[in-house]
Amino acid sequence: MADTDAFFRTEMLPPKEPPLSQRGVWKWMHENMFSSIGSGALTVLGILFVLYVLASAFPWFAHSVWHADSLRQCRDIVHKTWGPGTDGACWAVIRANWNLYLYGFYPMEQIWRPNLAFLLLLVALSPILFSRLPRKMIWFSACYPALAYWLIWGGTLWISVTIMAGFAVGALVLRFLGRIAGTALGVGGAVLGAVLWWLFVAAPVATALADIVPLHLTFVPSDKLGGFLLSFITGMCGIGFSLPMGILLSLGRRSDMPIIKTSCVLFIEFVRGVPLITLLFTASFLLAYFLPPGTTFDLVLRVIIMVTLFSAAYIAEVIRGGLAAIPRGQFEAADALGLDYWKAQRLIVMPQALKISIPGIVGVFIGLFKDTTLVIIVGLLDPLMGISNAVRANVAWNGVYWEPYIFAATIFFIFCFGMSRYSMYLEGKLKTDHR
Amino acid sequence: MAEAARMQVSHEVAVQITKMNKWYGTFHVLRDIDLTVHRGERIVIAGPSGSGKSTLIRCINRLEEHQAGQIIVDGTELTGDLKNIDKVRSEVGMVFQHFNLFPHLTILENLTLAPMWVRKTPKREAEETAMYFLNKVKIPDQAQKYPGQLSGGQQQRVAIARSLCMKPRIMLFDEPTSALDPEMIKEVLDTMIELAEEGMTMLCVTHEMGFARQVANRVIFMDQGQIVEQNEPNEFFNNPQSDRTKLFLSQILGH
Repeated sequence: MADTDAFFRTEMLPPKEPPLSQRGVWKWMHENMFSSIGSGALTVLGILFVLYVLASAFPWFAHSVWHADSLRQCRDIVHKTWGPGTDGACWAVIRANWNLYLYGFYPMEQIWRPNLAFLLLLVALSPILFSRLPRKMIWFSACYPALAYWLIWGGTLWISVTIMAGFAVGALVLRFLGRIAGTALGVGGAVLGAVLWWLFVAAPVATALADIVPLHLTFVPSDKLGGFLLSFITGMCGIGFSLPMGILLSLGRRSDMPIIKTSCVLFIEFVRGVPLITLLFTASFLLAYFLPPGTTFDLVLRVIIMVTLFSAAYIAEVIRGGLAAIPRGQFEAADALGLDYWKAQRLIVMPQALKISIPGIVGVFIGLFKDTTLVIIVGLLDPLMGISNAVRANVAWNGVYWEPYIFAATIFFIFCFGMSRYSMYLEGKLKTDHR
Repeated sequence: MAEAARMQVSHEVAVQITKMNKWYGTFHVLRDIDLTVHRGERIVIAGPSGSGKSTLIRCINRLEEHQAGQIIVDGTELTGDLKNIDKVRSEVGMVFQHFNLFPHLTILENLTLAPMWVRKTPKREAEETAMYFLNKVKIPDQAQKYPGQLSGGQQQRVAIARSLCMKPRIMLFDEPTSALDPEMIKEVLDTMIELAEEGMTMLCVTHEMGFARQVANRVIFMDQGQIVEQNEPNEFFNNPQSDRTKLFLSQILGH
């Protein structure tokens, strides 16, 4: 046997800093850019490529013209200022058609209405997005959809009020029936109550109230909506309605009850298996054949419904992924404490599942927001193609090509990037594992 | 101390299991289980893995459904009736091997959630109760932290406190120390011993034979889904009757 040197430590070693070559910017550059000859060469090539792209695009952006009445005038200015044969961006087209891009053909004298709706949207969203704000503000958020509907489409306020009242009717039924007959029957009764209210009570009550207190705004038909206003309406409605619907679908898909499970699976798989354009077509043309003659069903509303259904199916699958990631022990602990199914879902399961699903959900939302440009398919004026075509139809701007796309891309980017950053903020805020 | 606690066993029945059977598919996990637990009794269930001991106590709060026989907990029979199940579950506390704390809630919120949503206790009262039990398990200073920030032993003590906040009449422990580092086992066992000395009715699946000797007034040995032997701890350890029990004891006490 070899000699074992007995050893014992009298002092513990204090921690030291790593050697100089192993920290700071040199270490980073060595590891990430020049770790070998091959990667060094790729780094240099990459930098050269980026410089080349910037150098070719730069003059076009540098020669920007902001004030002109037509594309021809734009080009004249470019040639006069920077010499003949030069090329330049003509942002004057955006400036001249600003209102068209933002609002479509919304009546000019009523523009304050969508503007106010947008401002109130920010107010309504803030308590949902930031938990530090007073919780009472949520009530405003809940009433916002009705208010926004009234502001944008006009007509009488009482239609919005009676539609919201339907939800209150449902809540009341749930509260009383739920206490007597249990949650499942309560929910069924609530849905039935609300639907009956909307079908038979809402319209006469609205008419009667409108006669007594007329709160009326000029009616603006849906075909006047366009541009980013339209994108925002469809996008926000889609986002707002598809999340709760997706949650219910994902729960339904995991349900033990065969009918609920099967219908959820069929819905999700059908909607996911069909292109959005097909659904939009169905919404705009086919539904007209199936609905009773004379039924007027607003085109924008139909598009919103289809966009919502479409993204709800995706959200449901994203959330199902989150649900699958939750350990069985969480369900068991909730059961063992005596929480019933809905309470366990709401307090234990969903907060965790949604947290895991945030990147996926926001991904679906971003996709949905960009997909709102597909409404061009059914003849609505989206900000990308619809409005740009309308602009180019004007002789003065015929031939303008890059600028409208770059403009629309910028606006979309700002909002999509905002959503993406918010999702990262939320992930960070909800991080409680501290690993 | 342990002797004194042992006196508190009453004749009142807390859990009555008769001819209970359970299958997983065609696999017969629990066979003809007969067990009567009196109020204040502390029962340790031991046995090799796969013997059905966890399944047995999970049947008592219906985390597992039994297919034949009868389980009556605190006078309520467990059937498909959801109201009865929720009633039993709110009377029976359970502590899991992997703690199963809710990671998205603070320790305090973990403790107040069930009292507030199941018992409809006002928030302030629920928080006072929660702090009382956190003091009892000796970690009141961790109330505002999240479970992920605590050590395993602390988490398990929080889990015990969470169950106690519902003021249960029976406590089930499903291998509460098996997932813990050796140096943390003692703090959890100490908490359990304290609980036992206060007269809590306890059913405990564990491999901690020292704990069984110290606090149990009955040790049940299970194998292949059956109760093979039960006795008071001294007799059980010093004078086991069945060969299966002798083999098991020699294996776990052998080193």
